[in-house]
Order: sequence, then structure tokens, then C-alpha cells
Amino acid sequence: MLQKMLLIRKFEEEVEELFLVKGMLIGPSHLCLGQEAISVGAMMALEPSDLTVTTYRGHGHALAKGAPAKLCMAELFGKSTGNCKGLGGSMHVAIYPKTGSLYATAIVGSGIPIAAGVGLGEKQKKSKNIVATFFGDGAVNTGAFHEGVNLIALWKLPVLLFCENNQYAMSTPFRRAVSSPSIAERARAYGMQTIIVNGNDVVAVFVAAKVAAERARNESEPTFLECITYKMKGHGVYDKGDYRPKEEVAEWLERDPILTFKKRLLENRLITQAEIDEAEGATQREVEEAVAFAMQGSPLSFDEMKTYVYAEGG
Amino acid sequence: MRLREITYSEALREALREEMLRDPNVILLGEEIGVFQGVYRVTRGLLEEFGPDRVRDTPISEAAIAGAAIGLAMAGLKPVAEIMYMDFLPICMDQLATQAAKMRFMSGGQLKVPMVLRTQYSLGRQHGSQHSQFTPSWFLQVPGLKVVLPSTPHDAKGLLKSAIRDQNPVLFVECGVLYKSKGPVPGEEYVIPLGQADVKRKGEDVTIVGVSRLVGESLIAAKKLEENGISAEVIDIRTLQPLDLETIVESVKRTSRLIVASDDVKTGGIGSEISAAVLEAAFDYLDAPIIRVACPDTPIPFSPALEQMYMPNADKIVQAVDQIIG
Repeated sequence: MLQKMLLIRKFEEEVEELFLVKGMLIGPSHLCLGQEAISVGAMMALEPSDLTVTTYRGHGHALAKGAPAKLCMAELFGKSTGNCKGLGGSMHVAIYPKTGSLYATAIVGSGIPIAAGVGLGEKQKKSKNIVATFFGDGAVNTGAFHEGVNLIALWKLPVLLFCENNQYAMSTPFRRAVSSPSIAERARAYGMQTIIVNGNDVVAVFVAAKVAAERARNESEPTFLECITYKMKGHGVYDKGDYRPKEEVAEWLERDPILTFKKRLLENRLITQAEIDEAEGATQREVEEAVAFAMQGSPLSFDEMKTYVYAEGG
Repeated sequence: MRLREITYSEALREALREEMLRDPNVILLGEEIGVFQGVYRVTRGLLEEFGPDRVRDTPISEAAIAGAAIGLAMAGLKPVAEIMYMDFLPICMDQLATQAAKMRFMSGGQLKVPMVLRTQYSLGRQHGSQHSQFTPSWFLQVPGLKVVLPSTPHDAKGLLKSAIRDQNPVLFVECGVLYKSKGPVPGEEYVIPLGQADVKRKGEDVTIVGVSRLVGESLIAAKKLEENGISAEVIDIRTLQPLDLETIVESVKRTSRLIVASDDVKTGGIGSEISAAVLEAAFDYLDAPIIRVACPDTPIPFSPALEQMYMPNADKIVQAVDQIIG
């Protein structure tokens, strides 16, 4: 768990530096720094064959589900060696069906109806695979969210809905955008089981996700998990997030999911500082190797690019 | 070959049924398609034959219908979703144009989305501004999507079967006023490949490209023109994406004159695109301006009298031809 969280953290810290300091990456990129516990806790509760439908804030989802860091980094560099051959970029890096990362959308809310369809498909195939869909608090005000949640509840689909409530939809605070006291309440209105969980506590997310996953797999019952968390950075990599009160940011930094998890493991003597150092080193090396791999690659040829518009065959 | 006369709507139903029998992964979803048997009866009897898992009634949630179809396709099934009126497509436009059409591309070929979205337009049925629109040209800006526009029962069946077997998202636009029209349809299995225009009538003096309902009107116009000694060739595009430009250009090179007749609003419509493409490919062969016969740039009126004036028809096509053949 810690190792995966560290990998995501180091990957994104490197990405931030590649954008802002080294100037080697361009385009929009949405970091999930501070939200690593949700990706990792959720994915560890899933089976490898389970499927995810996530969003443009998806580096963590992709890595936690098992996409190799070097492919993800090459994708961010727009290289043909990336998992989407450089055609998707940062916002679609969590498309890697080989490890169950089925789809990542860049349109807020649009993944929820798609997750409903995947869930229905898996249910009709009697595959026992379940679907986990991830979205932010901004998504819950879209029509697609409500249409999708209704279908998932109505048809009892094996879908887990992870709402990563990171308190801000771009710069708009949750309280200024959502009328109901909690998001979970909205899901409950559709007749769905809900869990509100501390999204900065990886063990809590894992336990909640495990319970929900079993219910989805065995009873084909969906669960809505509202994971309370905080974006350590702004909306996108260029956004300093300085519209947020300093005290609020400072308070949440103390709740950093990696710091608190390390502390807890050390206090309970479940890990030694040396083991943490080793994990830090290993993940740092993995990220450095990923950057080296990405830099070696070249962009897809323009002619090959055109072959990906339509699939062959009828 | 066994030829029978059946309606456009029966031909569509046969296509759905045959493909459902052929491939257990084909499933239908949409509003009122099951218990109610379809607003236009295209899905009549299919719930009884295939059961509720394969003929799935949905709530009025167009975005979720299209989104669920995408998800089903990604899960390995072959969804055929129905959007009751073409006017409701904007509600699921994100799913169709921004999700389905781009998934293969932006995943670098990792994903494919074999799905069909069936819909129909009801111009000519006094359905007013919000239940009559014909807007396939919007999708000319959406590479990754295929767009099919059948004009006869024969084509409706063969094209729908191909659309269901296609590995890409296909928007299949039926014509409401044609549902009850009859035509010869072989009893034997056949498919019509997507991307092939059909020369519905050979001619030498002018090429009339017809779209959907206006293919029939173009053929009526061609008969009238023949009485005046003008030989018109009528081409049915059958699919807008991919567009078989080659067949159109080859014809224009022989006739040197082009009319494009379609039920959409004239500005920025199908006729505009075909005109521009023909000018690029065959400018030197043209002896006269290209004329678009289409709807005026207003919303569609309810008033039956006004709607008749609003709609393109055989007479308007004849007038357009007279304009360029002095």
C-alpha cells in the first residue's frame, strides 16, 4: 500500500517539476497529490480483472490499477511508446485495458453512464467482474451523473461509485456548488447504499471498498462511496490554488495521506524507517527510469495516427 | 432471388431480429422499445422473442442510454440503442460525439466501440420545431463516427445489418415518413456495405444526389424531367460518413451538372459539404452552378400548410434542374 502511494506521489511530483521547472511537459494535467489513498485503497480492494472508468485526474488510478509508470510517463510526453501511443495524453492516461483501466474521460460526469453500461455488460455476461468509477465533487451537478446513478441503482449493477470529494470543483468550493449537505445523500435518494469515508486514510478506503466490492460481486448491488479528501495542489498543474484560505491548506497538509500512514505504520511497529527509506528509493528510481524511457521514445508518425480513427472490420 | 414487398419499418425489424439470432451479443436498449414495442413499432415482438435482457426498456435518459451503449460495447456486447427522435440527440451528444467517436483514437487503438445508435427524423409529420429536425451534417465534424441514412426498405435492412456488424460507433438515421413505405426486399440474407453510394437511376444530363427521403423525391423528379427530354442520374449517398465521393464525382464528370437534395437546413448542411467536395475534385467538369435543394434557414413550422411549403420535394428539384439547364 505504502509503496503504491509513494509511486503515485513521486510520479506526480516529477510531473509537476517537468511542467513547471524543467519545462519539458505541456498541456493540461491534473494532479491527484493528496488523493493517493483513494486510488490505492480502492484498487487494492478490486481483483485484477475488475474494470475502472475514471477521469482526467487519473495518474493515480492508472498506476494503482497496475499500468506501468514508464508507459504512463511516455504518454504524458506524447510519445508512441505511451500506453495510448501519445494520442491521449495526461487526461486519458488511465486507459490501459490490460490491467483493467478501461476508460478515462476528460468531460466531467460523463463516465458514470459509461460505467453503468460496462456494469450491465459484465452482469449480462455473468463474468463476476465489477466496475469502479471515479469522479470528483464537480461531477455530481451534471445531468450525466444523475442519469447514470439512476440506471446503476435501478438495474442493480455491480458498480462502485467513488466520489473523490476534494472540496473544490476547479476553484469553486463544494459548499458553493452542491445544495445537499453531503453527496452521499444524493445517491441515497436513488436507493443506493452509501458510505462516507475519510479519503485520506488508505486503510479506511480499502475496508469500505472491500465491503462494497463483495456486495457488488456477490449480490450485484452498487455502492456509493463519498471519499472526503483535499487537492494538495490546484485544479491543474498551472493552478496555484491560491483562492483557498492558507489555514485550510495548512490544516489539510497535516492530514497528508502518506505522512499520516507512515506515522501510523511506524507507531504500530508495522514498518521500520529503513523499510520506508527503501520504498522511497525504489519508487524514486522507478520514476526516474520512467522519465528516461519516455525521453527515448518518438512521436507516432502522422500516417499511423490516422489509422486509429476507425476500427477495421464489420 | 425471392422478392417480397415489405415496409421500411418491417425491413428494419427483420434486420434487428436476424442479427439478434445470428449473434447473442446483440442487445437492444431504448425508451419504449420493449413492452410498448417501439413508438414506430420497429421493435414489435422482439421483447417476446428475446426477453428483457436483450430488449431493455430504459427511462427517459438519453445521455445514459448512449453512455450505457458505449459501456456495453466496451464490455464486449453489441448494443443497438434507440433515441426516439433525432431532436433528442443533442442530449446525448457528449456521449456520441466526444466519447464514443474518439475512444479508439485517443486510446491509441486499445479500445473499440461497436455500437449502433438508431434514431429517426419526422419532418413531414406535423411534429413541429422540436420533433422534426434532420441534422446529420452536425456529425460531419465528428471523425470516428459513421452516419447511415437509408432511403428504401431494401437499403434499410442491408445497411442496418452492416451497421450492427461494424466495429465502430454508427449513427443510423431512419426517416419517419418512410416507415410505412413499401419496397422489394429479398427473402435471402444480404448486407449492404457502409460507404457505398447507390446509383438509383442512370442518366446523362444532370446528377441529382439525394439523401434519405429525398431519394424518392429525386426519382419522381427524374421521371418528370424525362418527359421534358432531360435525362437525370439519381445517386443515393446511403452513408454520409464515410461518404462515397468517388461515385458522385464520376457521375458529375459525365453529366457536368449537380443538384444535392436533402431535408436539412440549407446553410452548412449536407449539400454544402458535397458541393465543396465536388468543386475540389471536379471543378473543370462543371458546366453550371451546383444547386442545393434543402430547407430554408428557419425552425420547422407546425402548420401543415407551412410545413409543406418548407419541405423540399420533387417539384423543387425539377425547378432547380430547370434553373441550370436552360
